[in-house]
Formats: sequence, C-alpha cells, structure tokens
Amino acid sequence: MLKIILNRFKQGMKTIAYPKGKAPVLSLRYRGRPVVADSSLAVDLGKTTCSPDNKVSYSNDFRMAVSKREDLILQGQEKKLAQALNKEMLRIFGRSLKLRQVSAGGCNACELDLNVLNTVVFDLSRFGIQFVASPRHADGMVVTGPITRNMREALIKTYEAIPEPKIVIAVGACAVSGGIFAESPESSHGLDAIIPVNLYVPGCPPHPLTILDGLLRLLGKITA
Amino acid sequence: MRIFNGGHIDFINVPVLPEEEFRRTVMDLCQNDGRLVNFFGLLEGEGNVRLMAIIGFDEDAIFEIFSMIVTAVHPEFPSLTPELLQAHNFEREIAEQFAIVPCGHPWLKPLRYHANYRGVADLWQDIGSRPIPGTYPFFSVAGEEVHEVGVGPVHAGIIEPGHFRFVCHGEEILHLEIQLGYQHRGIEPMMTKNNLDQCSLLSEAIAGDTSIGHSMAYCEVMEALSGTAIPPRSQAIRGVALELERLANHVGDLGALSLDAGFLPASAYCGRMRGDYLNLLLALTGNRFGKGLCRPGGVLFDMDEDMIKDFCRKLTIYKKEFESVSDLLFTRPSVLARFEGLGVITSDEAKKYGLVGPAGRASQLERDVRIDYATGLWQFNHIPISLGATGDVFARAWVRRQEVMRSLEFLLKILPTLPHGNIFTPLAPLKADGLAIVLVEGWRGEIMHVGITDHQGQLRRYKIKDPSFHNWFGLAQCMRNQEISDFPLCNKSFNLSYCGHDL
Repeated sequence: MLKIILNRFKQGMKTIAYPKGKAPVLSLRYRGRPVVADSSLAVDLGKTTCSPDNKVSYSNDFRMAVSKREDLILQGQEKKLAQALNKEMLRIFGRSLKLRQVSAGGCNACELDLNVLNTVVFDLSRFGIQFVASPRHADGMVVTGPITRNMREALIKTYEAIPEPKIVIAVGACAVSGGIFAESPESSHGLDAIIPVNLYVPGCPPHPLTILDGLLRLLGKITA
Repeated sequence: MRIFNGGHIDFINVPVLPEEEFRRTVMDLCQNDGRLVNFFGLLEGEGNVRLMAIIGFDEDAIFEIFSMIVTAVHPEFPSLTPELLQAHNFEREIAEQFAIVPCGHPWLKPLRYHANYRGVADLWQDIGSRPIPGTYPFFSVAGEEVHEVGVGPVHAGIIEPGHFRFVCHGEEILHLEIQLGYQHRGIEPMMTKNNLDQCSLLSEAIAGDTSIGHSMAYCEVMEALSGTAIPPRSQAIRGVALELERLANHVGDLGALSLDAGFLPASAYCGRMRGDYLNLLLALTGNRFGKGLCRPGGVLFDMDEDMIKDFCRKLTIYKKEFESVSDLLFTRPSVLARFEGLGVITSDEAKKYGLVGPAGRASQLERDVRIDYATGLWQFNHIPISLGATGDVFARAWVRRQEVMRSLEFLLKILPTLPHGNIFTPLAPLKADGLAIVLVEGWRGEIMHVGITDHQGQLRRYKIKDPSFHNWFGLAQCMRNQEISDFPLCNKSFNLSYCGHDL
C-alpha cells in the first residue's frame, strides 16, 4: 500500500492543460498540416498519409479536423477547421457524448491513438466523452480503416443500432478516403460513400491531439 | 537449397521435388531441429501452383527451401497437418488463395474470406463476393448444459474486429474458435502491383503497431533482391527504432494486463509510459508509429549528437520509472494471483503449434530472430534472450518485463556508439528471377517477408507472415478448461494482431 502511495507521488500530475492552457508544441519532425505554398496547387488532406516521400512540406500544426469533406482540400492560405454541431445537437450531446468505435480494416494505428485519449495524459472523460461497449448505449460512432468488404455489413448494422440523433466521425486517411487501400478491390472509397459523416479527422494515423481537437470543436468547446 | 536470413538466391536453384519426396523432406527436417517457418503458393503458368516450403534451423541460422508443383488438372495435395500441426494455417491459406485442396486437412475452412488468385472457382461458394457470413462452420460440442458464446466481429472496446466462438460448459470453456478475415485488405497482391513508394507505405500499414518491423522486413527484401548494401548507420537507426517500437508495445501490454487484473495504478502509469516511447519515435521519424522511417536503401531520418544525448538522457529516466512501476506490478499478490497458472501452454504444445515471439519464449522456446538469425545491428551487438518457465499469463508478462529492461540496456549501450556515415544509398534495380527472404524479430515475434521476382525483375509474388499468424492458435488452445471470465487476461497476454493476420 505504501509503495502504491509513494509511486503515486512520484508520478505526479500528467494530464495536459490543453485546451484551457497552451497547446503542446510537437516535435519539429512531426508532419502535421501541410504547407500549401503555391495557390494553384491543391493538397487533399483526406488522402494524404503525411509521409515524407511526397514533395509536400509539413508544419507541426496538429489542427486538421473538419466538418465537410471538401474542407480537407487545401488550397491557398485559408484554414478551415471543424464547426460546432447545431444548437439542438449541442444541447443533447454537449456535456455527454458516448461513442462506439468500429474498426473496419484499419492497421490498428488509428485505434491505438484513439485508445491513447483514455490515458491520464489526455483524459478524454473530463470532457464528458466516453467510448462505450454497445451501439445501443452510444450517441455516435467513430470509424477507422478503409471499410473492408468483410466489415461493411457489421459497420452498417452498428450504425443502424445507434438511436437517433447520432453523429459519425471518420478517423484516419483510410476511413476518410480509403487512403492507401483505395485501389484495393477489398476496400471502400471512404466512409461518407456509405453513411453520412459529421467530422473528418485526417492523418495516418492522426495524432491524439488532432482527434481531441476535432472532438472538442465539434462540441463547441474550442472555437478559436 | 540453403539460404541465410537476408539472403538472395536465383529462383531456378529452388529444387522441385515430387509430391511424396516433398512431404517426406518436410517431415524429416521438422523432426530434426527444423521448423516450418513458411509454406506458401506461387502461381506458375497454365494455372499450376508451386508450393514453397521454408524450414528454419534456429541453431544453425540457416533455412532450407524447396518446392513441389500442384497442377491445374489435379488441384490437390496430401495435407501435412495431420502429422505436422504447424502447417494447418499455412494449408488453409493455400487452399483459399489458390483453390487447391489439402486432402485430409482435419479442419479445412476459409482463413480470411476472399476470392482466390488463380481466377478459378473458389473452394467455398461466394467467399470473394460478399462479407463474411455469420454461418461459419464451427467445431461444436453437444450436451444439455453446453452453450455457446459468440463475440464480435465488433468488440466492446477500441479493438480490431474478429469473431470469437466460445463453447462452454457453465463457466468453463471447452473450446474456443477464432474466425478472422474482417481486416483483409488484399495487401499481398497489392505489393506486386504498386511502386516502391506505395509499397513502403503498404508495408507500414500491414500492422500499424509493427510499422517499423514490417517496413524494415520489406526494405531488406528489396535490398537483398537488388544486391544493395545499405550504410551501417541506416541499419543501426532501423535497429534503434525497432527496439523503441518493442518498448512502447511491451510497456503498453503490461499496462493492459494490469488493467484486466484490476490493478489500476500500474495500468495508468504504463499507459502514459508507452506514450514516452512513441514520442521518441515521433522525435526521430515525425510519426508516433515510426511511419516514414524505413525506405528501401536506408532510412529517411538521421540522429544528430543532440538527439542522441537527449534520447540517452530520457531513456535513463524511463528505465528508472519502469523499474519502479514494474516492481509495483510484479510484487502485488493480487496481481500475481491472477497471472499465475492461467492460460498455460507447455513447452511441447508451443513447439507443436509453432509459437513464436514472447508467447513462445514464455513457454521456454528459445526463438528470437535477433539471436538465431542476427542481421544488421544485432550481428555486432548481442541482446540476451528472455525466457519464461511456466507458459502462463505470468510468464508472458514476465518475458515482456525482461525484454523491456534488455532493450533499454541495449539502446543505452549502442546509442552513443552508432556507426558514422550516410543513411541512404539508392536502390539498384531488382535482379531478374530472384528470391529473397528476410526475418525480423518484431515485438510480437518473428516477421517474415519473402519476395520473388520475374524475368523482368518485377515482383511476381510477395509473401508476408506476421507472428500472429502462428500465435492465434496458441491463444485459442490456452483457453481450454479455463473460465470464460479469464479470456480478457489471456487475450491481453498474447495481444495479437488482427490486421497482421488478415493482410
């Protein structure tokens, strides 16, 4: 018992101050929001894996989640970020949002970084957001992966089992657009071709901060 | 034909044996120190299929490779499984990928549910055109008080999909059967159709938690097929990243085990400490999972003196923290009472099933690619093997604890002495009609990639094997005669990859 208490003191407080305090600054090599220098060029953030191979330069800005698919197409300097849900939805979900997660062909990287939101560092439940074990208990669904042929039916059934009104969140390049698997006959071309999507979180995988930022914007807890 | 880890041979030198001799050779070699590390099909002309067997000799650090031909006219061969259990998943895979019947296979059913590569009628109707049906064949037990519990494909937490069917008598599990395939994205055929850049990305997405392990294996296959010698510094940086990946996952697994044993302090600390290692990978590669680091020809990111110093300083702190938390976990009687004697796999069983990685080492199997088939960094820097004695959840947790400590010591030793020089050399064109095999000890165990080129020097077959391919069967077997409520703990003690299995 003493050991547990001693260890507790040693560990200290590890939860980040964000969003009330300052946003953490990520490592310089972190490939966040692409920098689009030439206004005639367009980068589709929904398809990019943020890999170092392509000729894109990246900033270390982790804020990338948007409400509409077309807002992921970056052109010029304008920065579009996710909008809050409408007033009625905010009244219902603003203080308590229960989500069901469906992994549909993901490589498990998105899933792991969703799990990270439950660690002491991010402590997602302090915002009233929780992942639940049944679609019947859920207000919405978080989908990862390119939606493989073998997962399509299970995904649709899960969606249908969630009571109305409900929200849908696509996390990761695969769920947004099919990502690197878009050309495979086994996968789909993005979640919004199957069910309507309220929040798109791009990245391969998105940094936990990118997901957190998106969720909080959706709930109107970050507006800047 | 013999081949080393990371070796290249001309494909023409792979012997073709008659069916009976092929079978006898596999059996003989596997009875004498060998084990079946790979067994897969390759399309030849006119719908014929060449079956390639690769036997590994861990003591001698060498592989024996040979083949036989199954013709389109008689698409069948006698199954090895009744005598050699290690072959059972390989044969199910061959049956599904090429519509060939392994005659006498005791439990032949689809592995991943997809259409075959030969373009003929599948062995199972419609498996390529509709989602996995809910009516799979399952091993069933009859009796008044026998009941079944079906779980999945969508699980209760943030977990990948798979279907688990428990056949129980009261609380006791008589049999567990696991149906996977929901994550099947068709990566193997995609690897032969895409360019180097795209294949690098694909290899990183075989299993995202093993991005470094799989992309390293892919790069080494391409380097072996093209005869490109990469700079020692790039090999060392890959090694550093692979150990960081192991650290992150092992620490995370100990946290998950702690959570399922109901001991929250260690679970919370491990969850956070896992993030420390991912953040080191982020600092090195720009991605928390190390995506973007390994490319055929070397690595894309270097470490300067400041970064090395910073890593050493942090790793020293993390080591102390880990020692303190793991002490907390492994001296807690309530935790040990949950871990000990649960989900036991004996050494003989582990050998029979062909288990690899920490799951095998927990059952006293001395298998570690870093030691048995050392390449790159591990040729010059040895890492001791971590073995468990009891084959239970405790042993699988303890092996992870030992490996965390040893990886930390290993990194602290090698980081200040990384070889100097470049980190990248352009890849030469692939040689025509070659075959290369590469094994990498990922955090779950032995990752194996095999590449075979055609007359033009293009990939004609790319075979991927994640360690989970062997170990899922171990998880199912260890659940027999256990309480159904013990499943989560046993499952976490293996923590296998769904997508790595499903490809």
